[in-house]
Amino acid sequence: MSGPAEPKKYKNPVLNWIEFRLPIISYFEREYGDYPMPKNCNYFWSFGALATIILVVMIVSGIFLAMNYTPHTDMAFDSVERIMRDVNYGWLLRYIHSNGAAFFFIVIYIHILRGMYYGSYKYPRELNWILGVFIYLLMMATSFLGYTLPWGQMSYWGATVITNLFSAIPIIGEGLKTWLLGDYTVGNATLNRFFALHYVLPFVIFGVVALHVAAVHVHGSNNPAGIDIKSKGDTVTFFPYMLFKDALAVCAFGVLISAVIFFGPNLMAEVDNYIPADPLVTPAHIVPNWYLAPFYAILRAVPDKLGGVLLMFGAIAILFFLPWLDRSKVRSCNYRPMYKWFMMLFFVNFFILGYVGLKPAEGLYLLIARLGLIYYFGFFLIITPFINWIEKPKTLPASISDIYLGMNK
Amino acid sequence: MAEVKNNKRRSFLQLSTISLGAVGTAAFIWPFLKSMNPAEDTLALGSTEVNIADIEEGQGITVKWRGKPVFIRKRTQQEISEAKTVNLEDLKDPAIDDDRVKKDEWLVLVGICTHLGCVPLGQKITDMKGEYNGWYCPCHGSHYDSSGRIRKGPAPTNLAVPPYSFINDTTIKIG
Repeated sequence: MSGPAEPKKYKNPVLNWIEFRLPIISYFEREYGDYPMPKNCNYFWSFGALATIILVVMIVSGIFLAMNYTPHTDMAFDSVERIMRDVNYGWLLRYIHSNGAAFFFIVIYIHILRGMYYGSYKYPRELNWILGVFIYLLMMATSFLGYTLPWGQMSYWGATVITNLFSAIPIIGEGLKTWLLGDYTVGNATLNRFFALHYVLPFVIFGVVALHVAAVHVHGSNNPAGIDIKSKGDTVTFFPYMLFKDALAVCAFGVLISAVIFFGPNLMAEVDNYIPADPLVTPAHIVPNWYLAPFYAILRAVPDKLGGVLLMFGAIAILFFLPWLDRSKVRSCNYRPMYKWFMMLFFVNFFILGYVGLKPAEGLYLLIARLGLIYYFGFFLIITPFINWIEKPKTLPASISDIYLGMNK
Repeated sequence: MAEVKNNKRRSFLQLSTISLGAVGTAAFIWPFLKSMNPAEDTLALGSTEVNIADIEEGQGITVKWRGKPVFIRKRTQQEISEAKTVNLEDLKDPAIDDDRVKKDEWLVLVGICTHLGCVPLGQKITDMKGEYNGWYCPCHGSHYDSSGRIRKGPAPTNLAVPPYSFINDTTIKIG
């Protein structure tokens, strides 16, 4: 009657019992214990771990906020005020959640830029990059939905402007917009469904993150030199080396985010969102959250409704094709003397686009937005595919260990 | 020979099972998607009656109709003549003023910018009215004239005219 003998792999009998029935103990040992990390990874490689931790913090704080929030147009604003004034530590939960969202994007932007600079999107990690862009898209959708919930002026008019983007689509646009809103304007039906979707999407993100992490573990992490692992000597094990490095990064990050949550909780908030939503009055300046502002700048830089919408979505969609737009075999920008500077300029340009996205779309700001738009697409469509015709990459080190041998000479 | 026959039957069964499953799933997706469209109570057409006796010449009021702002403006002679004398070739969305009003002095518009749905400024005397003495949308800089037609900026079409009728000289029914 008895099955095969249960192996005695671990000292702890409970672990053995579990391992025999579901081998998750050895899975975690393999993927988060002995997992080899390139030994030259710098602190930029901690931002994936940071992002995962913020995702968990966002989900937990969100669940507790939802216990006190009412998704109805008559009560939403007041229920948020009640959270702020009456619910025990409600202010803390809300400030963690609202600032957590902003910091989530800060961390994700650094994570994306790291991937771009060190060429982490290239063979064999293309699918990993695509999953990452999906996560970024889901994050933008989730943060937009969440921003509607407090039902202030910015919530209402932000939702109005963004859902109206869909009405730019010829023929089906108006119908699609009405279908998304469940009404002819942003109303109670809209608020209800936005709340439902805002609650569920983070769990979808969590699922895609699991795939994203599983995919990176197949071929291992990239590294600042952008060269493959040649031997065991090129690596350190995840535990304890990377785990403690990440832990230190989390501590530093915790200090930073706490400083904002406790001393400047409204630094990144819009004052107008403390005015209850009024469908008859549009605020003088509708501004998106800063983390969506670069795309908003692109939208407004185009003097045509459909054209602006297409370029805005195109600016995000083009990220999916980056692994195939870049024709260079060298991954890391450290070994690409020309592309490196264009890459830096791309970062600066993205930042400038974000800045003008928060300013009125006229005069000099409009001109800057248009120049920024041209560089954004020029970077992806001209510089990235064709620069290796004229660029001579530096000689790559033979192995990761060789980098350090050179240093001692 | 018998084996080949069997294979054909097998692939036929596979194909029909998959198609039936796909059709069934698609059929069940429909009610879910349809549930997101406006509900019956939302669809029920509302109408609003507005007293316009107190509106002075050059003044405008904003009323709410089906959740949207509706602008009612009593135009001045100057505004009327501006609206009537525009060269149609200068318009992005050509329409003559006579088609947009029922009585020359009364202009009734849905006060939602056709670009991305903001409410244009111009209802209050202190508001910016834009370069064409009508309305100006602060969100993305669309200028409308004194007939609510788009003249400059990203909006593709003129401000919409809602269905309305004059019940008597001092009352408008919108809807």
